[in-house]
Amino acid sequence: MQPIHLAWVDYTILIAYVAFVVGIGWALARYMKTSSDFLTSGRSIPTWVTGLAFISANLGALELVGMAASGAKYGIATSHFYWVGAIPAMVFLGVFMMPFYYGSKARTVPEYLQMRFDVRVMTLNAAAFAVMTVFASGISMNALAKLLNQLLGWDYNFALLICSGVVLVYVLKGGLTSAIYTEVLQFFMIVLGFAPVVYLGLKDVGGWHALTHSLQTVAANPAALQLKPIGEVYRANAWTGAWQPLLAGPESNPMGVDWFAMVFGLGFVLSFGYWCTNFLVVQRAMAAKNMTAARNTPLVAAVPKMFFPLLVILPGMIAIALAVTPGKNYRLPPPPIDSGRFAAAIEVLAKAPSQEFGVTYDTVSQAIGMKMSKEKVQKLVQSDSVASLASVITREQDAQAAVQSSRTALKQLKRGGTASGSDIANAENTVAQAKNTLALADQKYQEISGDLNERLRDAVTVNDYDGVIFSLVKRYCPPGLLGLALTALLASFMSGMAGNVTAFNTVWTYNLYQTGRRHLVDTPRPCTLDYKGGKNEDIVLTPKEPADRHFLWMGKFITVVGILLSIACAYFAKQYNNAMDIIQLVFGFVNAPLFATMAFGMFWKRTTAAAAFYGLFAGIAGSAVFHALTLAEGNTPGLKGGYIHVLQVFPSEMAQNFWLATFSFMVCLTFTLVISLATTRTKSDAELKGLVYSLTPKIKDADQPWYQRPAIVGLVLIAVCVILNFIFW
Amino acid sequence: MGLDIRWPIGLMFSLIGALLVITGLANGADARSLDININLWWGIVLLVFGALMLLGAVRGKKAPPSA
Repeated sequence: MQPIHLAWVDYTILIAYVAFVVGIGWALARYMKTSSDFLTSGRSIPTWVTGLAFISANLGALELVGMAASGAKYGIATSHFYWVGAIPAMVFLGVFMMPFYYGSKARTVPEYLQMRFDVRVMTLNAAAFAVMTVFASGISMNALAKLLNQLLGWDYNFALLICSGVVLVYVLKGGLTSAIYTEVLQFFMIVLGFAPVVYLGLKDVGGWHALTHSLQTVAANPAALQLKPIGEVYRANAWTGAWQPLLAGPESNPMGVDWFAMVFGLGFVLSFGYWCTNFLVVQRAMAAKNMTAARNTPLVAAVPKMFFPLLVILPGMIAIALAVTPGKNYRLPPPPIDSGRFAAAIEVLAKAPSQEFGVTYDTVSQAIGMKMSKEKVQKLVQSDSVASLASVITREQDAQAAVQSSRTALKQLKRGGTASGSDIANAENTVAQAKNTLALADQKYQEISGDLNERLRDAVTVNDYDGVIFSLVKRYCPPGLLGLALTALLASFMSGMAGNVTAFNTVWTYNLYQTGRRHLVDTPRPCTLDYKGGKNEDIVLTPKEPADRHFLWMGKFITVVGILLSIACAYFAKQYNNAMDIIQLVFGFVNAPLFATMAFGMFWKRTTAAAAFYGLFAGIAGSAVFHALTLAEGNTPGLKGGYIHVLQVFPSEMAQNFWLATFSFMVCLTFTLVISLATTRTKSDAELKGLVYSLTPKIKDADQPWYQRPAIVGLVLIAVCVILNFIFW
Repeated sequence: MGLDIRWPIGLMFSLIGALLVITGLANGADARSLDININLWWGIVLLVFGALMLLGAVRGKKAPPSA
């Protein structure tokens, strides 16, 4: 993609947004008096605000980019991530789990684990979570800086540092409240920034009916868009039906997933694991001002979440429909190509007229580094630009040589000291003329290479689905709206970083630092007082924990450290893409079984701490083993799995993921169950009050109006969700 | 927290809405946006949204919500 040129109005919108978020941080700074104000918002925020922040924390830009890409690749079935995945899990969190998170007065999810089980389970969870948030924020910032570099031509380092700087300022000033407020702002930016793009796109393809019609064309010839090998087809409704292609088996839907993996793997294990145990999102609900508000937070969030597919998946479907509609002059964007590769390809093209086409084609695609269309490269080779390329390059080189030699001549004249004034003037004139010729030759070269770059890019046959959303923004947005849409993207990247950093600083300060201190430093220790008279006395010294001021300071200090670590991770992600993939994979292993531990802890009082700890470990080990023994079709053993031995081949990576989650969940469940029955309880019923379902008094909300009663609202939400699934059956 | 979030939301979207309206009036319809003057229309939508938020903030200030 060519860099987009921004007009003044676009920059004004961008700057206005940054000014507002920094301003919010400044305005909130005077309320940040205790560590609890800074790290947990002092539990004081209204429901609609925590609700919008709840989905916003998850609606990072990567989600936006990824969902549009999936919308193009898989069609309407992508909405399973919402209608099967997120919504039921959010309802479950609000109705059943929130009373324990909020009611136990735990400040974080790991802290709940400590109260329910012991410090080991907490440490395992808190440490993994802390590392994960730092990497997640680094990955997001790397993506942002890369994007600004490709899209706007900004310098990578500049983009990375300036954006992190803005996040640092507002998080340091206003803490979690600042992050939550900015997330709400970002929510509206995303909705209001992308709605017009979706509207224009839908209008352009000719409305919903034309869209479904075009998507049937896609299903009839998926090879045209590299979605399947040549000759293979999908049924007509592969992109327009959510359930029918799924029920017909993995080979009938572009996701390559069977219905059980979808419902159990994604809908139950992965979604409940993410929405119900990830402190990043749960923290938003825990900042609510009272129990009702906390329980209603995920329910309020579920309402817009349910309709997000319109905003994030539909653009992908529109793009792929445009790509097959003749006359729309739209192609799915090719992956970004460095300028170095273009230069190498142009060098090859200059030799093209004097060599066989086969050789040129091979060397050009090698230089670009991607598969290219033979016809397009052939046309390119026969074009006027290539015909004149060699002469343009020669002319430029000649002009350069002329400048060089005329300069040398002038120097020699001056050094000789015998030349007359007019001779020198003449020589200066020659230099100026040579420079002029060079400038003209350069301009000609730039023109031709610009044209060639464009044609080369067009000849690439690989599609970059992650670029779909930007290509639509670029296609439909005039200056003004462009600024709004880009600011919305930038906002979601930055709030992704802020969300991770605010979760990280809380877990670090309260769970790792404060608890660590209590166990290691501020712990009672026996000592012997040695009186002068020779009489000794044994006493226990109990050091006093530092005042809250110390933890507020630590919270702020670790915020700065968190941002610095994120920046380091961003550079790491830029440098070692593979290492990053491995890290994300490992986090997948760590997270998959967590919901089993949490559900056992909350709903079965017999679950023991040892069972939770070893069960969780077994689940993590289970995922690692599963990954080492399975592979998705088309992948080679290695990073993608199967590096010990390939026991099972799945039709797609998504299917492999869903089954991995299912497997590790079952392992964790079995181990926790068996070990619980084999060990004795260490916590009495009284200690578990407020932490376990059967030992906690039920919340009475019969006197509330129906729309504030979580159980009723949850039922309504599930009903609407079922209806949506039926409509897009 | 002491700051009502509706103030910054309302102010910011009113400002951006006004900017879009001005851009729309100055540049007219654009071929990119299918010859619809999207800046003008969407600017008006943002202005209305911003005004509603500000209205909510003003009313919230007069009568602090109890629940």
